[in-house]
Amino acid sequence: MRKNGFARHALIETLHTVQSSFGYLDDDAIRFVALSLRVPLSQAYGVVTFYHYFSLKPPGKHTFTICAGTACYIKGADKLIDAAEKHLGIPQGQTTSDGQISLMTARCVGACSRAPVVLSDGEVSGEMSAELMVEQLERWAVE
Amino acid sequence: MTIEELEQIAESVSQENAKYDYEVNVCMDLACASQGAEKLRDALVRAAEASGKSVFVRRTGCMGPCSAGPLVRVDPDETLYKHVHANHAEAVVASLGGKPVPELQCDLNEHFGSQVRVVLENAGYIDPEKIDDYIARDGYKALLLVLTEMTPSGVIHRITESGLRGRGGGGYPTGLKWGTVAKSHGDLKYVVCNGDEGDPGAFMDRSVMEGDPHRVLEGMAIAAYAVGASKGFIYVRAEYPVAVARLTAALRDARRRGLLGNNIGNTPFSFDIEIRLGAGAFVCGEETALLASIEGRRGAPRTRPPYPAMSGLWGKPTLINNVETYANIAPIVRNGGRWFFNMGSERSKGTKVFALTGKITNTGLVEVPMGIKLREIIDVIGGGVPGGHTFKAVQTGGPSGGCIPAEMLDIGVSYDALLKMGSIMGSGGMIVMDDTSCMVNVARFFIEFCMTESCGKCIPCRAGTAQMHTLLTRICDGTGTMEDLELLEDLCSTVKEASLCGLGQTAPNPVLSTLKYFRNEYIDHIVHKRCQAGVCNIKAPVEVLA
Repeated sequence: MRKNGFARHALIETLHTVQSSFGYLDDDAIRFVALSLRVPLSQAYGVVTFYHYFSLKPPGKHTFTICAGTACYIKGADKLIDAAEKHLGIPQGQTTSDGQISLMTARCVGACSRAPVVLSDGEVSGEMSAELMVEQLERWAVE
Repeated sequence: MTIEELEQIAESVSQENAKYDYEVNVCMDLACASQGAEKLRDALVRAAEASGKSVFVRRTGCMGPCSAGPLVRVDPDETLYKHVHANHAEAVVASLGGKPVPELQCDLNEHFGSQVRVVLENAGYIDPEKIDDYIARDGYKALLLVLTEMTPSGVIHRITESGLRGRGGGGYPTGLKWGTVAKSHGDLKYVVCNGDEGDPGAFMDRSVMEGDPHRVLEGMAIAAYAVGASKGFIYVRAEYPVAVARLTAALRDARRRGLLGNNIGNTPFSFDIEIRLGAGAFVCGEETALLASIEGRRGAPRTRPPYPAMSGLWGKPTLINNVETYANIAPIVRNGGRWFFNMGSERSKGTKVFALTGKITNTGLVEVPMGIKLREIIDVIGGGVPGGHTFKAVQTGGPSGGCIPAEMLDIGVSYDALLKMGSIMGSGGMIVMDDTSCMVNVARFFIEFCMTESCGKCIPCRAGTAQMHTLLTRICDGTGTMEDLELLEDLCSTVKEASLCGLGQTAPNPVLSTLKYFRNEYIDHIVHKRCQAGVCNIKAPVEVLA
């Protein structure tokens, strides 16, 4: 906040910083940011819920993100999502009950030429197949 | 900083480079990096040291043909190698000064043959983290030239003369936009760069921001001088962390060199840029929503007029252009408006970068002159559809664009021609589909996207896309009726005409274009309860006709 001079318009920047430090935004964090930047709490909450990037729930130990952009979709990302949901037993956007793995989808990570693309804890791998994906998920599950 | 000083820097860089006999350039863009380009670079450095040859290993931005990655180009011979991995490093270094390694050689003459590089001229030749590399390739020369020798109206005249149109998709004449902002009254004006590449399936802006960040900054600074702005913002999506890091570093270096900040080039002109992060909202690519987002609010668009050129950020006149538009500015200033005007088709000038993806052999970034035939891009540059499948459609413009069928491929690419075909130029995503793609399902995919991305401010878009999605899902499931189809068409025109912003107005395009060119697939789903591509999971029992 200090970096941006406590400017009100730096709300999104500040929330980004908080989320990258804590992994998610809880009520206390939003309240604190809103108070410090002198923006109405409703605006801060509105911004947090408007943008997909902000999460109100703590993420799992590992995050598996499947890109659902158009190029990935054409190359079968929907099948990957189905397979991952089936394997983990949770719908996308959720975390397994043991808190190990969060399954997410992304709007496009810009690696379309290597579609379908997944991110394992932020690391991009392209031309993914359901088998390779399940392998990775199993590696995480036993950790 | 003066032009002489720039030339001195360029001179010292070329002297530095001349110390080495060979240059090995490694593409470090996302696609290559995800296949181990980082390890490859380390291995090349080690191999070079061990060999005792004088080799310089450089990390560069995207070279283009991502499907052949990781890519390496060896200079001065300009030999391009494909699928190079760390275990090939020794062979590559050993080949220097002798014959190239045959099994790694990348023969893509056809791929590069009809490409013209303006925006991507430095891609693969400079280290994006080194400002001096950019300066050595005439970087920032245009900015200093403009500041010392041209008037703001002279700059606008040159841009107008070039015929450059907005590369974000709308195709608004850039010179006209600059002129409007320049004429607007205001004590403070802003220049904004739209780097919120929302189109899922396009990545040219990411590639430019990551591979040649200074080019964008230079374009913005020239624009600021032309319109009389003193402050700039680059709005980048948070999904592009590397782009954010590169731009941050580029801003720091440019300030250090006195190419941004107060009294640039010892002239009275002062200009600085700040980065603003997006947070995953497609609608923020719409200019008024983007401005709201920069102000730290929800990215909801507002009615226009007033246009941002009159009243934008905090009510001040604001110039908004796309990354690729700014990337075109410096070359136009250096080479003159006529040079740019002479490229391209009648009403679309210059070149366009496309992100070629989907069911195509050579995926990656291509830059082609406007007016080139779609068929040439797909069959020659793209190398056609792989795996013995047949081409079905090419989708341009992302969720706002449409699908173009095979019979329209002989039309030249231009803003107007694509619009006429029911698609749009868009930011430059080009996704090829083959016979394994169901067009109804594709339409549903895009509507689902627009439905979730709708900001919810206006009803036609918020409710219309949701209803369209329901109808399309019914058709995909095989439970749709012909009345549904009629209703769908009705809804399309309502959403198109009544929505507040570009997102809603263009959301029906994927449906309309598939209905226009692939109506038989819809009928197949509804009447015959079958999906020829085998994508849709048809629930309804197949009626057996006696």
